[in-house]
Amino acid sequence: MARIDTDPNSTSVEEEYSRSAEHTKPASVLLRELVAHLREHRTQLREEWARRITEAKVLTAMTKDEVFAEATSVYDNYVEALETGTFEALQAYARNLSERIIPRGVETHEVVGIVLLLRDVLARSLFAKYQTDFTKLNRILDAYEPAANRIANTVAVGFVQERERIIREQQEAIRELSTPVLQVRERLLILPIIGVIDPQRARQLTEQLLRGIRTNRAKVVVIDITGVAAMDATVANHLVQTVEASRLLGATVIVTGLSPEIAQTIVNIGVDLGKMNTVGDLQGGIEQAERLLGYKVVPLEAS
Amino acid sequence: MEVPILKQGDFLIATIQAALTDADLLHLRTALLQQVVRCRSRGVIVDVTSLDVMDSFASRTLREIAQMIHLRGAETVIVGIQPEVAFAMVQLGLKLEDVATALDLEEGLAHLKQKSEGPA
Repeated sequence: MARIDTDPNSTSVEEEYSRSAEHTKPASVLLRELVAHLREHRTQLREEWARRITEAKVLTAMTKDEVFAEATSVYDNYVEALETGTFEALQAYARNLSERIIPRGVETHEVVGIVLLLRDVLARSLFAKYQTDFTKLNRILDAYEPAANRIANTVAVGFVQERERIIREQQEAIRELSTPVLQVRERLLILPIIGVIDPQRARQLTEQLLRGIRTNRAKVVVIDITGVAAMDATVANHLVQTVEASRLLGATVIVTGLSPEIAQTIVNIGVDLGKMNTVGDLQGGIEQAERLLGYKVVPLEAS
Repeated sequence: MEVPILKQGDFLIATIQAALTDADLLHLRTALLQQVVRCRSRGVIVDVTSLDVMDSFASRTLREIAQMIHLRGAETVIVGIQPEVAFAMVQLGLKLEDVATALDLEEGLAHLKQKSEGPA
């Protein structure tokens, strides 16, 4: 068919037709096309990405080989998520990855950074491929961008959630460590309290102590607060409640180690510790407890 | 619900087996006092191991039981308060002041024996 070429940018009808056919391709077909492209150029794109990660000086906690190995998994998972449109596998992978790299000291900004870098590397490669057809490029990006953003989101959120879970676990572990209930003699328990007591910890402490009294059939408990830096009215009340609850289980409580500051605070606040048995230090407290239990400690005769 | 009261030598043991209504508690108070008089008991143990809740009425009635029995020259010990119950009680401010408490029946009896033996 003859054409009159007046405009170098004008196109033939055939070209117009084939272009409009492209316009009607559904997003899923475009997505498959783009996934195929990403798979085809996997090696080169992955290397490009690894190079940019090194350039950006992130993931410095990991060796080059490790970065490359993880990059491979991330890449494959990324493309798979794009292809299937489902994100559960990616979420599971993100959590698994986070569990592995968080102990290595990898930070949130690094993880978000590398996922965004991958998104950019892949997007650039799409720009390069479809640069001659702006309309098609737009449609490809319409398919790619929401999915890519969702992936970045999934990975980042997965990482942050894993960090939060680890922090909670560590806090719980610290709490457990700090409130041991120790049996030092038959029927005698010691509860050394160290650090800051918040209402939650105070409650946990009391529950642990009461259970300990029942399990060990304790008649005397020495609560040592030498390691408690400061005390306010709330904490003082918790202490009073702990003493009263212990008494209901038939145990006598001796509180030891009140620092001069805490002693002043308590008197100033006006908390009634009148009924509380207090002794200066832990040594004195244990000695008194032994007396209450009918023990007498005598040095062995030097023969 | 009738609370069984058993005699063990000079002592009485009342074992509460389930939640008691206010009327049951008052009935227990009367029954214990009558038994203390009849048996000339020197001590009473009220075992609350099976109670998961202690409200202010129960707590007050137990104190009254102890006070009345004390007027008869006998000692009362409440035994078996569960850790969760103890915790809830102190939070509500139910202190059972002036009432002796012990971990369990064994401890309660030991306490009563010691008290009744008195200074030699």
